[in-house]
Amino acid sequence: MKAKIRKIATFVEETQREMDREIAPPTRKAAAVAVIENPCAGKYVEDLAELMAIGEELGELLTERAVAALGIAGPSAESYGKAAAVGENGELEHAAAILHPKLGTPVRRVLGKGAALIPSSKKRGGLGVVLDIPLGHKDAAFVRSHFDGMEVRLNDAPRANEIMVAVAVTDSGRPLPRVGGLTKDQIKGEDGLR
Amino acid sequence: MLEVVVRKKITCVEEIFHEGGPVAEKPLRRAAALAVIRNPFAGSYVANIEGFMDDLKPLGFEMARSLVSALGGDARVVEGYGKGAIVGSCGELEHGALWHVPGGYGMREVLGGAKAIVASTKKVGAPGSRLDIPITHINASYVRSHFDAMEVGVNDAPRADEILLVLVMTTGPRVHARVGGLKASEIKGEDGLR
Repeated sequence: MKAKIRKIATFVEETQREMDREIAPPTRKAAAVAVIENPCAGKYVEDLAELMAIGEELGELLTERAVAALGIAGPSAESYGKAAAVGENGELEHAAAILHPKLGTPVRRVLGKGAALIPSSKKRGGLGVVLDIPLGHKDAAFVRSHFDGMEVRLNDAPRANEIMVAVAVTDSGRPLPRVGGLTKDQIKGEDGLR
Repeated sequence: MLEVVVRKKITCVEEIFHEGGPVAEKPLRRAAALAVIRNPFAGSYVANIEGFMDDLKPLGFEMARSLVSALGGDARVVEGYGKGAIVGSCGELEHGALWHVPGGYGMREVLGGAKAIVASTKKVGAPGSRLDIPITHINASYVRSHFDAMEVGVNDAPRADEILLVLVMTTGPRVHARVGGLKASEIKGEDGLR
């Protein structure tokens, strides 16, 4: 394990009612968050390969945790997203190094597919900073019912020399989708968009 | 008999490996179960509210069971617990106090007769309010290594006419506990205190 993990947290949200209407089956989202040491904190590091390797490792670990928290098989997941928050002694580029070059491949391996771009967000912040993880359908980015987000935060992270890395997975879209657009049963699944 | 109407449920699990010191052989795990319910008394003063405690018992039991299952399914790993509630702005603090009996009952039932009082806190708050749930040892309140807390909250709850109910369980002492006091190994287990 390349990443030095201080803690891992998982969150599951299950919405059973919205505006007094029953949601059956309930919509469900899960996020897994790792708090790791930032090996590049406190100095300018040109080559961020170490963080990229950590991203690859966390892509698998966090996706497995999120799917397990939902109690589903990977291929049953419908949407996904990722995010990172860098502590104050780090650089936004550190979040980019974890999230973008290598994290996606193991996410897609665990989920069986995933033709669509994994929506992402990143920021630098202090303890308790809020991460809004964007969510989109894993096979067709334009599925409008699955445009969503999930908020996560940990009161004691990220410390100055830490990074918080999150992967979110759902088995559903928004609770009462009714703004039209592409629906999941219309997915062609060729280009990751439609 | 009032209906308990659940809008959403959230489960959070934290697995803590270290906090700057030696990596724990057995990581500390903390789990929280949250339920957002409709407050049947919101908006007016209702003198007689006691009956709702019985109505909440099945939910308390179900949330306690979900915590044990989030911690791996064996109730014997649970060493600490706590509970709390946030009442939405059209309710009163007393509505949060309705959770004392059913929340405690549910956890004792699932843990097979824990002896110590369940530490608790409550407040009136807006959506996104955070609550620090106090945690103490399940059989002896004075066990110093197990004094802990877990921060919880939900970005969209409680709405004005809702109550957010919370139960928390942990699997052990703080990860680097070293401030002395009564140890778990010294519990007499007669009065729930020592």
